[in-house]
Amino acid sequence: MKIVVLVKQVPDTAEERKLDPETGQLDRGAADSVVDEINERALEAALRIKDANKGTEVVAMTMGPDDAAQALRKTLSMGADSAVHIVDDSLSGADTGRTAATLAAALRSTGFDVVMAGNESTDGRAGVVPAMIAEHLQLPLLGSLISAEIADDGVRGVRQGEDGTLNVRAGLPAILTVTERFPEARFPNFKGILTAKRKPVTTLTVAELGVPAGQSRTVVLSVAERPPRAAGRKVIDDGTAANELAEFLVANRLV
Amino acid sequence: MSNVLALIEVSHRGGIAASARGLLAAAATLGSPVAVVVSAGPLADDDVARLGELGAARIYSAASAAAGAVLVSPAVDALSGAVDAYEPAAVLTANSVDGREAAARLAVRVGGSVLADVVQVRSDNGTVLARHSVFGGAYTVDSAVEGALPILTIRQGAIEGQAPAATPEVSTVSLEAGTGGTAVVEQFNDDAAISGRPELRTATTVVSGGRGLGSSENFALVEQLADTLGAAVGASRAAVDAGYIAQTAQVGQTGVSVSPQLYIALGISGAIQHRAGMQTAKTIVAINKDEDAPIFEVADFGIVGDVFTVVPKLIEAVKARSN
Repeated sequence: MKIVVLVKQVPDTAEERKLDPETGQLDRGAADSVVDEINERALEAALRIKDANKGTEVVAMTMGPDDAAQALRKTLSMGADSAVHIVDDSLSGADTGRTAATLAAALRSTGFDVVMAGNESTDGRAGVVPAMIAEHLQLPLLGSLISAEIADDGVRGVRQGEDGTLNVRAGLPAILTVTERFPEARFPNFKGILTAKRKPVTTLTVAELGVPAGQSRTVVLSVAERPPRAAGRKVIDDGTAANELAEFLVANRLV
Repeated sequence: MSNVLALIEVSHRGGIAASARGLLAAAATLGSPVAVVVSAGPLADDDVARLGELGAARIYSAASAAAGAVLVSPAVDALSGAVDAYEPAAVLTANSVDGREAAARLAVRVGGSVLADVVQVRSDNGTVLARHSVFGGAYTVDSAVEGALPILTIRQGAIEGQAPAATPEVSTVSLEAGTGGTAVVEQFNDDAAISGRPELRTATTVVSGGRGLGSSENFALVEQLADTLGAAVGASRAAVDAGYIAQTAQVGQTGVSVSPQLYIALGISGAIQHRAGMQTAKTIVAINKDEDAPIFEVADFGIVGDVFTVVPKLIEAVKARSN
């Protein structure tokens, strides 16, 4: 079985993330770039299938600037067999539609039985790219799963819905997205880090993929930064703080 | 006035989803609201009446044998049919698990573009403008779509108010079974407790608990304060990971984003990822025994103390003042 895991390099959520006030695009210099945690969980799920069945091939795929190669290197050190890097200056600032069209073309050329991705990235949070890819490829999407069983004849999973969960299934090939209820990812070990350097990374350009050169159609019109919150009163409880708080709430008409 | 489609979600048990109010209110801001609804049989009279109350000028009622049995595809088929029928200026869906998948597939199918997680909409000379709250409210971003159908996923609870009531004109269509790959629903497992508490996303007061509560038994303290204040219950990811409360209560970067009038954080350290889900609250109160907890950096009123001592006293004090 061939599993392609979609990976996105994002700014570390543990740091202060910034937008470029002129373009509305991510300020890549503001915070360290890391593999999105949710993608690591998707990769972990794929690697567990590979652990149980050595015939499984795991490919990590990303679309991003040159330095997204670091993210792929990490996925290889964790255990992915190979990686695909779609890198092209014309993709800078691509919207979800263009991103999905490009990834769909790359998935077509790479081939797969299962595509795994995160349910939403921690930076854009749109959560639409996997469903767009599914539509391009006319495939079922099992989205927002909290668990999954992937077998040669199909996928079963539990989807987190709005008022509960749903048991869902689909035949292969299929696209899955995982939520953070999936197990945390393993750390790369020393052997993994060494062997990662020898694993193949294919780079693809827009021209090679034959994706129409259309521009993104969503435009950012303005960006405004919210002033940071200031800390207010901080009292050390000496037995009277609860009363003081109750008075504060009443004075501010909050109760 | 141009038509604006709103995908209305219907529970598998029947009944219009709570997101319908905000969707139709936003649609009415942009044009004439058309409610698009998928159901297995004919739409119930109660549902038609409810959609009228919420401002639907028209209802595109799509009957499909696949409704509730196949994931999302019937909604995409219905929206796509409604796009042909009404030539809308925009399509709105909830930024829900189903809503955003439907929006995404529709965008590919009809050549639209998605504006995601929208918190406010307006129309400027016929151009649909969407406002987003980015990086936990650190930025406000306005966006639009050029040269394609705008498809907006609307953050649940973000749109206030209600559209003026209307008497909807109902068109009924029946959907053919779709082509292409679909995912099948085998079973629904509804959350057990439909509590009497306000909904987390729209509550005016939210009381959240973190790892400082220590156990799921102790988490009841959060619920007691919430009930005293008529508040919704939230939680940090740490509390959810520890199993104190269901995942649907998670507030933060990867959970629900809330902007209540009052947010009370109990035993929550306030990691940047949690603050990303609540720092746009009007007033923030934090109680934590760690004086250096980052939550105090954003709290309007912070108490360095033991939640198990302070909260019971707070409950008493609030009750005494409201009597």
